[in-house]
Amino acid sequence: MANAPLLQLRGLTKRFLGVTALSAVDFTARAGEIHALLGENGAGKSTLIKVLTGIHVPDCGSIALSGQPIAPRSPKDAEAAGISTVYQEVNLIRALSVAENIALGRQPGRFGFLNWRAIRRHAREALARLEIECDVDAELGSLSIALQQMVAIARALDLRARLLVLDEPTASLDQKEVAELFKVMRRLRGEGLGIIFVTHFLDQVYAVCERITVLRNGQLVGEYPTAELPKLALVGKMLGREVADESGRAPAQSAPATNPAAGAAPPVLEARGLGRRHAVEGVDLALRRGEVTGLAGLLGSGRTETARLLFGVDRAESGEIRIHDRVVRLGSPRDAAQLGLGFCSEDRKSEGILPNLSVRENLIFALQAKRGAWHTLSRAEQTELCDRYIAALRIKTADAETPIKNLSGGNQQKVLLARWLATQPEVIILDEPTRGIDVGAKAEIEQLIARLRADGLAVLLISSEVEEIVRNCSHVLVLRERRPAGKIAGDEITPARLMQAMAGNA
Amino acid sequence: MNPAESSRPRRPLSPLVWLCLGLTALVLWNVVSNPAFLAVTLRDGHVYGVPIDIFTQASRTMLVALGMTLVIATGGVDLSVGSVVAIAGAVCALTLGHGAGLPLTIAAAIAVGAAAGAVNGLLVARLAIQPIVATLILMVAGRGIAQLLSGGQVLIIADKSFEFLANGFVLGLPFAPLLVAALFLAAHLALRRSALGLFIEAAGDNETASRFAGLAAARIKWLVYVFSGACAGLAGVLTASNIRAADANRAGENAELDAIFAVVVGGTALTGGRFSILGTFLGALLIQTLATTMYYRGVPPAVAPVPKALLIVAVSLLQSEKLRNRISALWRKPRKVAA
Repeated sequence: MANAPLLQLRGLTKRFLGVTALSAVDFTARAGEIHALLGENGAGKSTLIKVLTGIHVPDCGSIALSGQPIAPRSPKDAEAAGISTVYQEVNLIRALSVAENIALGRQPGRFGFLNWRAIRRHAREALARLEIECDVDAELGSLSIALQQMVAIARALDLRARLLVLDEPTASLDQKEVAELFKVMRRLRGEGLGIIFVTHFLDQVYAVCERITVLRNGQLVGEYPTAELPKLALVGKMLGREVADESGRAPAQSAPATNPAAGAAPPVLEARGLGRRHAVEGVDLALRRGEVTGLAGLLGSGRTETARLLFGVDRAESGEIRIHDRVVRLGSPRDAAQLGLGFCSEDRKSEGILPNLSVRENLIFALQAKRGAWHTLSRAEQTELCDRYIAALRIKTADAETPIKNLSGGNQQKVLLARWLATQPEVIILDEPTRGIDVGAKAEIEQLIARLRADGLAVLLISSEVEEIVRNCSHVLVLRERRPAGKIAGDEITPARLMQAMAGNA
Repeated sequence: MNPAESSRPRRPLSPLVWLCLGLTALVLWNVVSNPAFLAVTLRDGHVYGVPIDIFTQASRTMLVALGMTLVIATGGVDLSVGSVVAIAGAVCALTLGHGAGLPLTIAAAIAVGAAAGAVNGLLVARLAIQPIVATLILMVAGRGIAQLLSGGQVLIIADKSFEFLANGFVLGLPFAPLLVAALFLAAHLALRRSALGLFIEAAGDNETASRFAGLAAARIKWLVYVFSGACAGLAGVLTASNIRAADANRAGENAELDAIFAVVVGGTALTGGRFSILGTFLGALLIQTLATTMYYRGVPPAVAPVPKALLIVAVSLLQSEKLRNRISALWRKPRKVAA
């Protein structure tokens, strides 16, 4: 490309309390180009953007805009330098009008009086630049999310803006709205703006981006022209595996051979055509006793959304769930728990632990909730359960009365697993059970999964790590862009097959 | 976290210890200047004395604070209790005026309080309105309802058996504090022997997580508001009995603030989670002791709120983890703190 570099990041490093979020990352964005910034969870995308917009100050490295070094200390600094950002959640005030939102913080006027005519005119001009038709006096909250997003972009596009950062702008838009957004993005590109586009949807990357930068674990994987990077290769880069790797399961790893009897057994839980708007569509799943079924897919592919439907956290809008061939209505996690399901959420902190309560209370909680307030577990029963699970799962804690927040992530995860095992469930859904825990604990959790399978549980394992799926599962459903993208079973479960399905080349 | 720390968990000193220390100090200070402060005499087979007065006076705040404890444990707050006290008083005057018996009167007042709580709970638990706002509605509207019921007048209640509730004696001891103490004991047993206490603490500690673990958290939240309303209803009965009248304007005035204060002093954090019934009891006792002290010292009523405010500041500071850490860092030998 003939385009001169607009933004140059060199050797950017950022650590948080000893955790390296970005490690010597280089990044270049060019004027008149849409540049995709991609990576799985923990890759460092959001840290990079926060450094760029002045929310975080980098530990070392340099930022240059049009060759001039800059060091933004706040979003306002960054905006003044010409970097404007639109976040995934619309960051505007719903109760104010479109015009007020666009002018907010930089109202034209004198002596504390607002010049309303100027505010309206400015808003109309800003929207006209995007070719958006919209009443500038309308209350923002009355507009569709897509239009709100456009208003956010109009607001971000100050006349000085030279670089626009779009952080997952399409997450809550439907297809038509995405097309509208792309039209606007292309138009801005034509005006010579540089655009950084963060998204989980690979098709969208190929639809509008000239260039792709991939990050993984805080490090730069590489920068590629979109035309020269096939989708499958891109998925390989994001997940850190070469596509050529067709080795599949090493013999030592192929523990979970399909239980021969299991395949024929009726499923404990079956989902047919399960779906919910903006979440996931058309999911068919069958979970059987003594089997670990995998749910694979890239970030944002609808894995967690599927788990939430299966556990009654969100209500399914289409399809049905059968347990032992009986159609059930799951209106809440409570319903699901009563029917013998358990669910370890990926978000341990906000959806898992009761931080200030003790290990004991956390561990017995699901069982006690299932029994109700009056069928109290005696202290002796509680102690017995705790002793058993602390020993069996090798939970490292000073004692059962320690607040769970004092435990390490891996041990918290084990307590949450024990919480569900104590209810003696038939089906357990594990959403990213090994995320954010150390390698040793990871191996232990995987051993536990093998034991659950051997004990006759039906396990649904959600993981973004291809190897974890390969090592543990006998059936896999791959999701892609919120739809099923393929079913793989038995020895066909290889990293290459999984990645092909995730990339949409299956 | 370093391993030495995780192997030996440091249990923080219970806030109850501070509370007892504060209460003891206050009583000692009174005794030094007035040796008769703790004296209890027997007259006509009834006990009299300052401590008895304190207990009797504190009983209504204790009752309101009992319900408030559970509401605050779920991370909420119930500002409407003062108005519910007034409504319940008016209900008592009306039912007695229509010739109803004592049991029916008490039941009606408690039921009206519980109904008010049910409305609060509906707003908070089902409609997800912020507790402050949701209960502020009834706090404001409740006085009006009480006025409406009492026809805008202070209704005099002349009923010997009704008067007994707040002013009578059983076996020489005042009835109201006995009743309230029995209710505290019953509440403690019901909450800790069943899993209700755990459910309330879990819903307050992390509502989402408790729901994900299969708890009907919304129902728990609704229930605590109903309970708080019922407690305020009974407190309204005692208030009306005490002054032998239903006063829509003054009954239960600032009851919500005293109750919140008692709860917080008692070691239940406004952010929800762990609660302490005993702490609330002692907290209410401390407030009343302070108020009585002011009275005996001849502090003009206009100035009386100042020491109370100082006490609140002191308690808040003691509960601040940041400050506690700083203070304990002063005692400890300076040494490197692992990040």
